[in-house]
Amino acid sequence: MAIDQKLADELKSQGVHVTSFEQLINWGRSSSLWPLQFGLACCAIEMISATMAKYDMARFGAEVFRPSPRQADLMIVAGTVTKKMAPQVVRLYNQMAEPKYVLAMGACAISGGPFKDGYNVLKGVDRFIPVDVVVPGCPPRPEALLEGLMTLQKIIKHEKLMGKTRARHADPKGAAEMPVPEFGAHDLEPTANRDIWNPPTIVREGGVS
Amino acid sequence: MSLEIEPIVARLREALPTAGISLRKNPGPSGQHSLLIDSASLIDVCRTLRDTPGLEFDFLSNVTGVDWPVAAKADTIAIPEGEGTAPTGGMLEVVYHLYSTTLRTGPLVLRARTVDREKQVQIPSVVSVFRSAELQEREIFDLYGVIFTGHPDLRRILMWDEFVDHPMRKDYVAPDDYEYEPTPHEAVLEKAKKHYGERQKI
Repeated sequence: MAIDQKLADELKSQGVHVTSFEQLINWGRSSSLWPLQFGLACCAIEMISATMAKYDMARFGAEVFRPSPRQADLMIVAGTVTKKMAPQVVRLYNQMAEPKYVLAMGACAISGGPFKDGYNVLKGVDRFIPVDVVVPGCPPRPEALLEGLMTLQKIIKHEKLMGKTRARHADPKGAAEMPVPEFGAHDLEPTANRDIWNPPTIVREGGVS
Repeated sequence: MSLEIEPIVARLREALPTAGISLRKNPGPSGQHSLLIDSASLIDVCRTLRDTPGLEFDFLSNVTGVDWPVAAKADTIAIPEGEGTAPTGGMLEVVYHLYSTTLRTGPLVLRARTVDREKQVQIPSVVSVFRSAELQEREIFDLYGVIFTGHPDLRRILMWDEFVDHPMRKDYVAPDDYEYEPTPHEAVLEKAKKHYGERQKI
């Protein structure tokens, strides 16, 4: 239930802070995002730089990189996801406790990037796990990663915990685990999780008529 | 300093009179000539190169593979002296770069060729002479499909074990997953075109 902002401000001036559990929980979650400590390629170097003194991700409460997926809230996919690594990334996502969020950092994690033409690179980590925020760049600067983090914080602050529009993790039917792809004879099997990855059909001029 | 290859060939032929060693000239400015070694005598040649005083090629810097679907093309970059045996069909080639750290000479380029690209793809492993070949031979096995006989642990190193193809071969066809390409260009554009829908009516 929404709080009357005028009434809340008036009460605040009298030393009474009025809020809702939803706001309180979202505020707590968004202010203490613990990322999973893993990097896949050069984007990880920028991610490390973002946590160091100059850019200081600790200002946003997200400096506690956890070496265990059980303690992490945020998966920063920092780098090229090869097809050999993809099942492990999905498995790590499955091992994270709810609520969990994914930030795809850099061109490779988003789409395969400069290695798109390769036989061994996954063309976007969103083929297997749901991505909340994408940060483009090759690699993105630490400021861009912080912008992505603040975007995620905004998303979390507006999450609904009840009702029809509630967040995925607040829905008992929300899929917490994604199927892990198998290593096939020529490619991963399946090549994408069609439940979460349904790209639009692109119709272009000069197509096969 | 470029390597004087003729004295090395002479010493090798003196030490191993039965070994199949042929000098291949590189006409390019680098002048990196190479030795084509019969795969049967490859290990003996490597051991002789390593242990003979005055040669002492003690460091195997690099091992790599080449796929030759048309074998005759191989002789256009490694030209045989005099009458070379013209290869027929296709073949796989393994190239070794040897250096001597004690004499500060190198690289000495060795080549070894398989009989064809399908069944007879065996080349003896040089791991017994140069331990550093182990992972590189695994990589060549993975990407080219050369089977190194006598290798202690020959399995895939980059691709997963269930993978059956050899991606660095010229006739390898990569899996087609270019169905969603918002901004394709160059090679990706060509591959994405297969997924283009009907021509838009304007």
